[in-house]
Amino acid sequence: MNIIVCLKQVPDTESQIKVAPDAKGIVKDDLKWVMNPYDEFGVEEALRIKEKFGGQVTVVGLGPKRVTESIRTALAMGADKGILISDPALEGSDPIATAKALAAAIKGIPYDIIFTGQRGVDDDNGLVGASLAEYLGIPNMSIIVKVEVAQDGKSVKCHRPVEGQTLVIESSLPALITTQKGLNEPRYASLPGIMKAKKKPLEEKTLADLGLNASEFGEGARNLKVVELTPPPARKAGKMVPGDTPEDKARELAKLLHEEAKVI
Amino acid sequence: MAQDVMVIAEQRDGEIRKVSYEVVSEGRRLADKMGWKVKAVLLGQNIKEKAANLGHYGADKVIVADDARLGTYTTDAYVKAISDIVKAEDPAVLLMGASVQGKDLAARLSARLGVGMAQDCTALSVDNGNLMAIRPVYAGKAYAKVGFSDKRPHMATARPNVMPMNQPDPSKSPEVVDAAVALDGGDLKTKVADIVRDASGKVDLTEADKIVSGGRGMKGPEHYKILEDLAAAIGASVGASRSAVDAGWRPHADQVGQTGKVVSPNLYIACGISGAIQHLAGMSTSKVIVAINKDPDAPIFQRADYGVVDDLFKVVPALTEEVKKLA
Repeated sequence: MNIIVCLKQVPDTESQIKVAPDAKGIVKDDLKWVMNPYDEFGVEEALRIKEKFGGQVTVVGLGPKRVTESIRTALAMGADKGILISDPALEGSDPIATAKALAAAIKGIPYDIIFTGQRGVDDDNGLVGASLAEYLGIPNMSIIVKVEVAQDGKSVKCHRPVEGQTLVIESSLPALITTQKGLNEPRYASLPGIMKAKKKPLEEKTLADLGLNASEFGEGARNLKVVELTPPPARKAGKMVPGDTPEDKARELAKLLHEEAKVI
Repeated sequence: MAQDVMVIAEQRDGEIRKVSYEVVSEGRRLADKMGWKVKAVLLGQNIKEKAANLGHYGADKVIVADDARLGTYTTDAYVKAISDIVKAEDPAVLLMGASVQGKDLAARLSARLGVGMAQDCTALSVDNGNLMAIRPVYAGKAYAKVGFSDKRPHMATARPNVMPMNQPDPSKSPEVVDAAVALDGGDLKTKVADIVRDASGKVDLTEADKIVSGGRGMKGPEHYKILEDLAAAIGASVGASRSAVDAGWRPHADQVGQTGKVVSPNLYIACGISGAIQHLAGMSTSKVIVAINKDPDAPIFQRADYGVVDDLFKVVPALTEEVKKLA
């Protein structure tokens, strides 16, 4: 069973996000970049399936050179090889263009399952996985918390929580699965794993290497453009609920919610 | 030239979901600015009689795709059926709700159509026929105003509980037409093998009108009972912070925050939650926020409309009793 895991780097979720002076992007200095948390679940699930069925796990990252660190982390967790798609022309690409580059890199590799995070916790689009599946002409199942590969390795059942119920979706393979929290607990890279990762193959590819035309990528090719990025709207100052005892405060709060806010 | 707003309605078990009425209502407002029509698309099995409901909220026309293979949502069947309808109708704007299903559908559909797609928007407008959208990014730590290229339709999903719903007018009856559904085996690679219903009957956090949420200050899973009691008294769903989920106190599905659910209830009561930026990101579009925490310096108080600095183990049960008196 050969598995591909796509990954991106995002600012650590504890980061303060500051809007850049041009109001189009964020201030990127001093940010701590980490593997997108949802992609970690993909790496872990790929390793578990490999442990059961054998095969190879290939990690495909896209972005600037710093993404190498996250690919190395995945290799240290146990993935077999890495590919970094890196090209200045990719900067600012939209999800469809990102998927196009990923598809071009993946086409030459045999695969049964592709994992992507259900969304990047930066742009919060949740579009790359589905777009990649569309380019590759394979089914996609999104927001998955359980993956059961059939014994014969030809199909998969995926559990997908939707509001108030869980759908068990069956698909032929190859297929693309986007990961949701709850799928697994990603392992930490062991020290021997980290040492071994240094010797594992990590290829770097440009758009030209992939036979792609740079004009179809980047800011200029976007179908959805950021007109303005702003800090979140400020909330008006709240009030502290007065009272001498917890019971007084509870009574006053109930009154405020009922009479003033009118929400209960 | 492309015109009109198309709204993809969402049904489950033959009932149209609330978020679809919110999106039809918003679509009506956008269409009125441009002199456009609102065309709703309803897919399912034996659902035609529900089409009129979409008209009550503002759809001029409802296109019904009735087929056994569309009874339960699958990405491949719905994307094929809807992309055929979109190509035939050529709408300027294409909207749906940002439910789990809506986001999944929108993602693959936008790739199939090769158009721009704005996910989980909190505001929509049209300017000169072009859709503009506001969408939280970094889970609400910033807001992006986005516009679209010339490719049509301009696509967006609308966050549940945010767009106001029109007062339904039962005297309005939409034109209802059948869509030709052309699906073949090659289009259908996935199927729903089983549906496991959540026996609790709890409203999902993303759709909940009220949420009572507990964090590390709850001190252990056994204490959530007091939150459940309050939730039952006010008709709320119970949520949790990441630290409570990571500690194993509550299921992953309950997590509110940047790596959990982003919620927009009318009332959010945060109990024993300090307000890590991760958490604040996931609930900042709530309409009224209450914080109950004994630490007066907890960052959650800076976001709260009403703050109670005290022991939640005393305040919450007392609040439950007070609320019961109101009923």
